[in-house]
Amino acid sequence: MPTNSAGTPLLAAQTLSLVRGGRALFRDISFAVHAGQLWQIEGPNGAGKTSLLRILCGLARYGFEGRVQRPAPQLYLGHHAAVKGLLTPRENLAWHVSGADRYANEQIESALVRVGLYGYEDVPSHTLSAGQQRRVNLARLFLSSAPVWLLDEPFAAIDKEGVVALETLLEEHVAAGGAVLMTSHQAVQVNCEVRVLDLAGSVV
Amino acid sequence: MSAPGTFQFCARLLHRQLLLAVRRPIDIGNPLLFFVMVVALFPLGLGPAPEKLADFAPGVLWITALLSNLLTSDTLFRSDFDDGSLEQLLLAPQPLYLSVLAYMLAHWLTTGLLLAVVAPVFAVMLSLPMAALGILVTSLLLGTAVLSLLGGIGAALTVGLKRGGMLISLLILPLYMPVLIFGSAAVEAAVSGVPAGPYLAILGAMVCLAIALAPLAVAAGLRISIDA
Repeated sequence: MPTNSAGTPLLAAQTLSLVRGGRALFRDISFAVHAGQLWQIEGPNGAGKTSLLRILCGLARYGFEGRVQRPAPQLYLGHHAAVKGLLTPRENLAWHVSGADRYANEQIESALVRVGLYGYEDVPSHTLSAGQQRRVNLARLFLSSAPVWLLDEPFAAIDKEGVVALETLLEEHVAAGGAVLMTSHQAVQVNCEVRVLDLAGSVV
Repeated sequence: MSAPGTFQFCARLLHRQLLLAVRRPIDIGNPLLFFVMVVALFPLGLGPAPEKLADFAPGVLWITALLSNLLTSDTLFRSDFDDGSLEQLLLAPQPLYLSVLAYMLAHWLTTGLLLAVVAPVFAVMLSLPMAALGILVTSLLLGTAVLSLLGGIGAALTVGLKRGGMLISLLILPLYMPVLIFGSAAVEAAVSGVPAGPYLAILGAMVCLAIALAPLAVAAGLRISIDA
Protein backbone atom coordinates (compact mmCIF):
# COMPACT_ATOMS: atom_id res chain seq x y z
CA MET A 1 0.00 0.00 0.00
CA PRO A 2 1.32 3.48 -0.78
CA THR A 3 1.86 5.30 2.47
CA ASN A 4 4.67 7.66 1.58
CA SER A 5 3.54 11.25 1.27
CA ALA A 6 4.62 14.46 2.89
CA GLY A 7 2.87 16.09 5.84
CA THR A 8 0.72 14.65 8.59
CA PRO A 9 -2.13 12.49 7.36
CA LEU A 10 -5.78 13.48 7.84
CA LEU A 11 -6.63 9.88 8.59
CA ALA A 12 -4.32 6.98 9.30
CA ALA A 13 -4.98 3.29 9.77
CA GLN A 14 -2.43 0.89 11.13
CA THR A 15 -2.58 -2.89 10.66
CA LEU A 16 -6.35 -3.14 10.56
CA SER A 17 -7.70 -6.68 10.55
CA LEU A 18 -11.29 -7.78 10.69
CA VAL A 19 -12.67 -11.27 11.12
CA ARG A 20 -16.42 -11.72 10.63
CA GLY A 21 -18.13 -15.05 11.15
CA GLY A 22 -14.85 -16.97 11.15
CA ARG A 23 -13.75 -15.42 7.85
CA ALA A 24 -10.96 -12.88 7.54
CA LEU A 25 -12.39 -9.93 5.61
CA PHE A 26 -9.12 -8.02 5.54
CA ARG A 27 -5.82 -8.42 7.28
CA ASP A 28 -3.09 -5.95 8.25
CA ILE A 29 -4.25 -3.04 6.16
CA SER A 30 -2.22 0.11 6.76
CA PHE A 31 -2.67 3.36 4.92
CA ALA A 32 -2.59 7.09 5.46
CA VAL A 33 -4.95 9.51 3.79
CA HIS A 34 -3.40 12.91 3.13
CA ALA A 35 -4.89 16.19 2.06
CA GLY A 36 -5.68 16.25 -1.64
CA GLN A 37 -6.15 12.52 -2.03
CA LEU A 38 -9.09 10.55 -3.29
CA TRP A 39 -9.22 6.92 -2.27
CA GLN A 40 -11.55 4.32 -3.63
CA ILE A 41 -12.10 1.15 -1.63
CA GLU A 42 -12.71 -1.73 -3.97
CA GLY A 43 -13.75 -5.29 -3.49
CA PRO A 44 -16.62 -7.63 -4.29
CA ASN A 45 -19.82 -7.73 -2.23
CA GLY A 46 -19.07 -8.88 1.27
CA ALA A 47 -15.41 -7.89 1.07
CA GLY A 48 -15.79 -5.62 4.10
CA LYS A 49 -15.91 -2.19 2.44
CA THR A 50 -18.71 -0.88 4.62
CA SER A 51 -17.18 -2.49 7.70
CA LEU A 52 -13.88 -0.75 6.96
CA LEU A 53 -15.61 2.63 6.61
CA ARG A 54 -17.49 2.11 9.86
CA ILE A 55 -14.22 1.30 11.61
CA LEU A 56 -12.59 4.38 10.12
CA CYS A 57 -15.38 6.74 11.19
CA GLY A 58 -15.57 5.24 14.67
CA LEU A 59 -19.01 3.62 14.60
CA ALA A 60 -17.49 0.17 14.95
CA ARG A 61 -15.40 0.17 18.09
CA TYR A 62 -14.91 -3.48 18.88
CA GLY A 63 -14.26 -6.71 17.06
CA PHE A 64 -11.36 -5.52 14.94
CA GLU A 65 -7.64 -5.26 15.42
CA GLY A 66 -5.41 -2.34 14.63
CA ARG A 67 -5.49 1.38 15.24
CA VAL A 68 -7.16 4.32 13.55
CA GLN A 69 -6.03 7.91 14.00
CA ARG A 70 -8.49 10.64 13.20
CA PRO A 71 -6.78 14.00 13.63
CA ALA A 72 -9.25 15.79 11.33
CA PRO A 73 -13.04 16.16 11.53
CA GLN A 74 -14.89 13.68 9.37
CA LEU A 75 -18.15 13.50 7.50
CA TYR A 76 -19.53 10.00 7.14
CA LEU A 77 -22.40 9.24 4.78
CA GLY A 78 -23.63 5.69 5.18
CA HIS A 79 -26.04 3.45 3.32
CA HIS A 80 -29.03 5.04 4.99
CA ALA A 81 -30.02 8.52 3.93
CA ALA A 82 -30.62 9.74 7.51
CA VAL A 83 -33.47 11.82 6.12
CA LYS A 84 -36.61 12.13 8.23
CA GLY A 85 -39.72 11.72 6.12
CA LEU A 86 -41.78 14.03 8.31
CA LEU A 87 -39.32 16.90 8.01
CA THR A 88 -38.78 18.95 4.87
CA PRO A 89 -35.36 18.85 3.18
CA ARG A 90 -34.64 22.29 4.61
CA GLU A 91 -35.45 21.17 8.16
CA ASN A 92 -33.54 17.94 7.69
CA LEU A 93 -30.40 19.89 6.87
CA ALA A 94 -30.88 22.74 9.32
CA TRP A 95 -31.46 20.46 12.32
CA HIS A 96 -29.30 17.60 11.30
CA VAL A 97 -28.49 15.24 14.17
CA SER A 98 -24.83 15.11 13.19
CA GLY A 99 -24.46 18.48 14.90
CA ALA A 100 -21.65 19.62 12.64
CA ASP A 101 -22.46 23.17 11.68
CA ARG A 102 -25.07 25.84 11.82
CA TYR A 103 -26.15 26.91 8.37
CA ALA A 104 -27.84 30.01 7.11
CA ASN A 105 -30.99 29.58 5.07
CA GLU A 106 -29.23 30.72 1.89
CA GLN A 107 -26.51 28.10 2.35
CA ILE A 108 -29.09 25.35 2.66
CA GLU A 109 -31.01 26.64 -0.35
CA SER A 110 -27.93 26.79 -2.54
CA ALA A 111 -26.89 23.29 -1.43
CA LEU A 112 -30.33 21.95 -2.32
CA VAL A 113 -30.17 23.74 -5.68
CA ARG A 114 -26.83 22.12 -6.37
CA VAL A 115 -28.18 18.63 -5.74
CA GLY A 116 -31.10 19.39 -8.06
CA LEU A 117 -33.81 19.79 -5.45
CA TYR A 118 -34.80 23.35 -6.29
CA GLY A 119 -38.49 23.75 -5.50
CA TYR A 120 -38.50 20.80 -3.10
CA GLU A 121 -37.11 22.70 -0.10
CA ASP A 122 -40.37 22.80 1.83
CA VAL A 123 -42.22 19.63 0.90
CA PRO A 124 -42.27 16.73 3.38
CA SER A 125 -39.36 14.42 2.58
CA HIS A 126 -41.53 11.31 2.52
CA THR A 127 -43.05 12.57 -0.73
CA LEU A 128 -39.60 12.51 -2.37
CA SER A 129 -38.30 9.48 -4.24
CA ALA A 130 -35.51 7.30 -2.85
CA GLY A 131 -32.99 8.99 -5.13
CA GLN A 132 -34.16 12.45 -4.10
CA GLN A 133 -33.86 11.52 -0.43
CA ARG A 134 -30.30 10.43 -1.05
CA ARG A 135 -29.72 13.77 -2.75
CA VAL A 136 -30.92 15.55 0.39
CA ASN A 137 -28.26 13.59 2.24
CA LEU A 138 -25.64 14.44 -0.39
CA ALA A 139 -26.48 18.13 0.05
CA ARG A 140 -24.60 17.82 3.33
CA LEU A 141 -21.42 17.51 1.28
CA PHE A 142 -22.01 21.01 -0.11
CA LEU A 143 -22.49 22.37 3.40
CA SER A 144 -19.80 20.46 5.21
CA SER A 145 -16.54 21.98 6.32
CA ALA A 146 -15.08 18.65 7.42
CA PRO A 147 -11.87 17.88 5.52
CA VAL A 148 -12.28 14.11 5.47
CA TRP A 149 -15.25 12.58 3.69
CA LEU A 150 -16.07 8.91 4.18
CA LEU A 151 -18.68 8.00 1.60
CA ASP A 152 -20.37 4.62 1.41
CA GLU A 153 -21.72 4.06 -2.11
CA PRO A 154 -22.49 7.74 -2.74
CA PHE A 155 -23.60 7.01 -6.31
CA ALA A 156 -26.30 4.51 -5.35
CA ALA A 157 -29.76 5.51 -6.65
CA ILE A 158 -28.33 8.71 -8.19
CA ASP A 159 -29.01 9.46 -11.87
CA LYS A 160 -26.31 10.13 -14.49
CA GLU A 161 -26.27 13.92 -14.19
CA GLY A 162 -26.21 13.58 -10.44
CA VAL A 163 -23.19 11.31 -10.63
CA VAL A 164 -21.35 13.82 -12.84
CA ALA A 165 -22.18 16.68 -10.43
CA LEU A 166 -21.01 14.57 -7.51
CA GLU A 167 -17.74 13.71 -9.25
CA THR A 168 -17.15 17.42 -9.88
CA LEU A 169 -17.77 18.10 -6.22
CA LEU A 170 -15.31 15.40 -5.16
CA GLU A 171 -12.70 16.93 -7.48
CA GLU A 172 -13.26 20.38 -5.98
CA HIS A 173 -13.03 19.04 -2.46
CA VAL A 174 -9.79 17.21 -3.15
CA ALA A 175 -8.34 20.23 -4.97
CA ALA A 176 -9.24 22.42 -1.99
CA GLY A 177 -7.12 20.28 0.30
CA GLY A 178 -9.73 17.82 1.48
CA ALA A 179 -9.58 14.07 1.32
CA VAL A 180 -12.17 11.56 0.17
CA LEU A 181 -12.40 7.88 0.96
CA MET A 182 -15.26 6.20 -0.82
CA THR A 183 -16.65 2.85 -1.80
CA SER A 184 -18.17 2.43 -5.21
CA HIS A 185 -18.72 -0.38 -7.65
CA GLN A 186 -18.37 1.93 -10.62
CA ALA A 187 -15.28 3.72 -11.86
CA VAL A 188 -14.98 7.32 -10.67
CA GLN A 189 -14.41 9.77 -13.53
CA VAL A 190 -12.35 12.53 -12.00
CA ASN A 191 -9.40 14.62 -13.15
CA CYS A 192 -7.22 13.65 -10.25
CA GLU A 193 -5.43 10.56 -9.15
CA VAL A 194 -7.68 7.87 -7.69
CA ARG A 195 -5.84 5.68 -5.23
CA VAL A 196 -7.33 2.23 -4.98
CA LEU A 197 -7.50 0.20 -1.83
CA ASP A 198 -8.35 -3.30 -2.93
CA LEU A 199 -9.73 -5.33 -0.05
CA ALA A 200 -9.86 -8.54 -2.07
CA GLY A 201 -6.06 -8.47 -2.33
CA SER A 202 -5.36 -7.89 1.34
CA VAL A 203 -6.25 -11.36 2.52
CA VAL A 204 -3.41 -13.78 1.94
CA MET B 1 -19.48 28.38 10.11
CA SER B 2 -19.00 26.92 13.53
CA ALA B 3 -20.25 23.85 15.30
CA PRO B 4 -23.24 24.64 17.49
CA GLY B 5 -22.65 24.64 21.23
CA THR B 6 -23.73 21.67 23.25
CA PHE B 7 -26.83 23.25 24.71
CA GLN B 8 -27.80 24.82 21.44
CA PHE B 9 -27.51 21.42 19.82
CA CYS B 10 -29.65 19.84 22.55
CA ALA B 11 -32.28 22.54 22.10
CA ARG B 12 -32.22 21.81 18.38
CA LEU B 13 -32.68 18.08 18.99
CA LEU B 14 -35.52 18.77 21.42
CA HIS B 15 -37.23 21.05 18.91
CA ARG B 16 -36.75 18.44 16.18
CA GLN B 17 -38.15 15.59 18.27
CA LEU B 18 -41.15 17.62 19.40
CA LEU B 19 -41.90 18.71 15.83
CA LEU B 20 -41.67 15.10 14.67
CA ALA B 21 -44.10 14.10 17.43
CA VAL B 22 -46.51 16.90 16.56
CA ARG B 23 -46.44 15.89 12.89
CA ARG B 24 -47.39 12.35 13.90
CA PRO B 25 -50.15 13.08 16.41
CA ILE B 26 -51.09 9.39 16.52
CA ASP B 27 -47.86 8.74 18.44
CA ILE B 28 -48.89 11.26 21.07
CA GLY B 29 -52.49 10.07 21.08
CA ASN B 30 -51.81 6.33 21.39
CA PRO B 31 -50.58 6.22 25.00
CA LEU B 32 -53.32 8.62 26.08
CA LEU B 33 -56.01 6.52 24.38
CA PHE B 34 -54.52 3.39 25.93
CA PHE B 35 -54.65 5.07 29.34
CA VAL B 36 -58.28 6.08 28.83
CA MET B 37 -59.38 2.67 27.60
CA VAL B 38 -57.65 0.66 30.32
CA VAL B 39 -58.86 2.93 33.12
CA ALA B 40 -62.37 2.61 31.70
CA LEU B 41 -62.08 -1.20 31.95
CA PHE B 42 -61.74 -1.20 35.72
CA PRO B 43 -65.26 -0.04 36.65
CA LEU B 44 -66.53 -2.68 34.23
CA GLY B 45 -64.45 -5.43 35.79
CA LEU B 46 -64.60 -4.43 39.46
CA GLY B 47 -68.17 -3.17 39.49
CA PRO B 48 -69.20 0.48 39.70
CA ALA B 49 -69.35 0.74 43.52
CA PRO B 50 -67.61 4.07 44.29
CA GLU B 51 -65.98 2.94 47.59
CA LYS B 52 -64.42 -0.09 45.97
CA LEU B 53 -63.13 1.94 42.98
CA ALA B 54 -61.72 4.60 45.29
CA ASP B 55 -59.77 1.90 47.11
CA PHE B 56 -58.15 0.71 43.92
CA ALA B 57 -57.86 4.09 42.18
CA PRO B 58 -54.26 5.03 43.15
CA GLY B 59 -52.90 1.67 42.03
CA VAL B 60 -55.04 1.50 38.91
CA LEU B 61 -54.05 4.98 37.73
CA TRP B 62 -50.38 4.39 38.41
CA ILE B 63 -50.21 0.94 36.79
CA THR B 64 -52.05 2.20 33.72
CA ALA B 65 -49.80 5.24 33.42
CA LEU B 66 -46.78 2.95 33.73
CA LEU B 67 -48.02 0.59 31.04
CA SER B 68 -48.88 3.36 28.60
CA ASN B 69 -45.38 4.76 29.12
CA LEU B 70 -43.92 1.32 28.49
CA LEU B 71 -45.97 1.09 25.29
CA THR B 72 -44.17 4.08 23.77
CA SER B 73 -40.64 3.59 25.06
CA ASP B 74 -39.79 1.21 22.22
CA THR B 75 -40.29 4.00 19.66
CA LEU B 76 -37.77 6.35 21.30
CA PHE B 77 -34.83 5.56 19.00
CA ARG B 78 -36.52 3.15 16.55
CA SER B 79 -37.14 5.45 13.59
CA ASP B 80 -33.76 7.14 13.96
CA PHE B 81 -32.12 3.72 13.92
CA ASP B 82 -34.04 2.64 10.83
CA ASP B 83 -33.22 5.70 8.73
CA GLY B 84 -29.59 6.06 9.79
CA SER B 85 -30.00 9.25 11.84
CA LEU B 86 -28.77 7.44 14.92
CA GLU B 87 -25.39 6.72 13.31
CA GLN B 88 -25.03 10.41 12.60
CA LEU B 89 -26.01 11.30 16.16
CA LEU B 90 -23.30 9.02 17.53
CA LEU B 91 -20.74 10.71 15.27
CA ALA B 92 -21.75 14.21 16.40
CA PRO B 93 -19.00 16.09 18.20
CA GLN B 94 -21.35 17.06 21.03
CA PRO B 95 -21.50 14.75 24.08
CA LEU B 96 -23.98 11.92 23.57
CA TYR B 97 -24.95 12.13 27.25
CA LEU B 98 -26.77 15.42 26.70
CA SER B 99 -28.12 14.51 23.26
CA VAL B 100 -29.91 11.43 24.56
CA LEU B 101 -31.14 13.47 27.52
CA ALA B 102 -32.81 15.78 24.99
CA TYR B 103 -34.43 12.77 23.32
CA MET B 104 -35.77 11.49 26.62
CA LEU B 105 -37.00 14.94 27.64
CA ALA B 106 -38.95 15.11 24.38
CA HIS B 107 -40.36 11.66 25.13
CA TRP B 108 -41.44 12.73 28.60
CA LEU B 109 -43.05 15.93 27.33
CA THR B 110 -45.14 13.98 24.83
CA THR B 111 -46.14 11.11 27.14
CA GLY B 112 -45.60 11.55 30.88
CA LEU B 113 -46.52 15.21 31.04
CA LEU B 114 -49.74 14.68 29.08
CA LEU B 115 -50.64 11.60 31.16
CA ALA B 116 -50.22 13.64 34.33
CA VAL B 117 -52.45 16.34 32.87
CA VAL B 118 -55.31 14.01 31.89
CA ALA B 119 -55.04 11.71 34.95
CA PRO B 120 -57.19 13.89 37.30
CA VAL B 121 -60.20 13.54 34.98
CA PHE B 122 -60.04 9.76 35.26
CA ALA B 123 -59.21 9.91 38.94
CA VAL B 124 -62.56 11.63 39.42
CA MET B 125 -64.17 8.91 37.34
CA LEU B 126 -62.71 6.31 39.74
CA SER B 127 -63.97 8.49 42.63
CA LEU B 128 -60.54 9.24 44.02
CA PRO B 129 -60.96 11.92 46.73
CA MET B 130 -60.43 15.47 45.44
CA ALA B 131 -57.80 16.09 48.10
CA ALA B 132 -55.50 13.52 46.50
CA LEU B 133 -55.63 14.94 42.96
CA GLY B 134 -52.73 17.36 43.45
CA ILE B 135 -50.51 14.61 44.83
CA LEU B 136 -51.55 12.31 41.98
CA VAL B 137 -50.46 14.86 39.37
CA THR B 138 -47.20 15.65 41.17
CA SER B 139 -46.32 12.00 41.67
CA LEU B 140 -47.08 11.25 38.01
CA LEU B 141 -44.99 14.20 36.82
CA LEU B 142 -41.99 12.99 38.82
CA GLY B 143 -42.58 9.28 38.30
CA THR B 144 -43.11 9.36 34.53
CA ALA B 145 -39.86 11.30 34.16
CA VAL B 146 -38.07 8.36 35.78
CA LEU B 147 -40.04 5.97 33.59
CA SER B 148 -39.02 7.83 30.41
CA LEU B 149 -35.36 7.79 31.46
CA LEU B 150 -35.44 4.08 32.34
CA GLY B 151 -37.40 3.31 29.19
CA GLY B 152 -34.62 4.98 27.24
CA ILE B 153 -32.16 2.39 28.56
CA GLY B 154 -34.37 -0.45 27.36
CA ALA B 155 -34.95 1.26 24.03
CA ALA B 156 -31.22 1.81 23.51
CA LEU B 157 -30.41 -1.82 24.25
CA THR B 158 -33.13 -3.28 22.03
CA VAL B 159 -33.12 -0.81 19.14
CA GLY B 160 -30.94 -3.11 17.05
CA LEU B 161 -33.47 -5.95 17.30
CA LYS B 162 -36.26 -6.22 14.78
CA ARG B 163 -38.85 -7.11 17.40
CA GLY B 164 -37.66 -5.62 20.64
CA GLY B 165 -41.12 -4.89 22.06
CA MET B 166 -41.41 -7.91 24.33
CA LEU B 167 -37.77 -7.89 25.39
CA ILE B 168 -37.89 -4.23 26.39
CA SER B 169 -40.80 -5.00 28.73
CA LEU B 170 -38.86 -7.79 30.40
CA LEU B 171 -35.78 -5.60 30.69
CA ILE B 172 -37.25 -2.50 32.20
CA LEU B 173 -40.39 -3.60 34.08
CA PRO B 174 -38.30 -4.66 37.10
CA LEU B 175 -36.74 -1.20 37.10
CA TYR B 176 -40.21 0.39 36.97
CA MET B 177 -41.28 -1.33 40.19
CA PRO B 178 -39.77 1.09 42.73
CA VAL B 179 -41.38 3.98 40.87
CA LEU B 180 -44.75 2.26 41.02
CA ILE B 181 -44.36 1.48 44.72
CA PHE B 182 -43.53 5.03 45.77
CA GLY B 183 -45.84 6.66 43.23
CA SER B 184 -48.94 4.82 44.29
CA ALA B 185 -47.90 5.03 47.95
CA ALA B 186 -47.80 8.82 47.65
CA VAL B 187 -51.37 8.87 46.35
CA GLU B 188 -52.51 6.35 48.99
CA ALA B 189 -50.98 8.54 51.65
CA ALA B 190 -52.84 11.58 50.35
CA VAL B 191 -56.10 9.61 50.32
CA SER B 192 -55.70 8.50 53.94
CA GLY B 193 -54.61 11.96 55.08
CA VAL B 194 -51.01 11.09 55.86
CA PRO B 195 -48.31 13.50 54.54
CA ALA B 196 -47.24 12.41 51.04
CA GLY B 197 -44.10 14.54 51.10
CA PRO B 198 -41.63 11.75 51.97
CA TYR B 199 -42.83 9.61 49.05
CA LEU B 200 -42.60 12.54 46.66
CA ALA B 201 -39.12 13.29 47.96
CA ILE B 202 -38.05 9.73 47.19
CA LEU B 203 -39.54 10.05 43.70
CA GLY B 204 -37.61 13.31 43.30
CA ALA B 205 -34.42 11.56 44.37
CA MET B 206 -35.12 8.86 41.79
CA VAL B 207 -35.49 11.55 39.11
CA CYS B 208 -32.11 13.03 40.07
CA LEU B 209 -30.43 9.64 40.08
CA ALA B 210 -32.00 8.69 36.74
CA ILE B 211 -30.97 11.99 35.13
CA ALA B 212 -27.42 11.43 36.32
CA LEU B 213 -27.04 7.77 35.38
CA ALA B 214 -29.60 6.78 32.73
CA PRO B 215 -28.02 8.84 29.89
CA LEU B 216 -24.70 7.05 30.50
CA ALA B 217 -26.42 3.68 30.12
CA VAL B 218 -28.40 4.89 27.11
CA ALA B 219 -25.28 6.23 25.38
CA ALA B 220 -23.42 2.96 25.99
CA GLY B 221 -26.44 0.95 24.86
CA LEU B 222 -26.74 2.93 21.64
CA ARG B 223 -23.06 2.49 20.84
CA ILE B 224 -23.37 -1.26 21.35
CA SER B 225 -26.57 -1.46 19.29
CA ILE B 226 -25.02 0.50 16.40
CA ASP B 227 -21.81 -1.52 16.57
CA ALA B 228 -23.52 -4.90 16.45
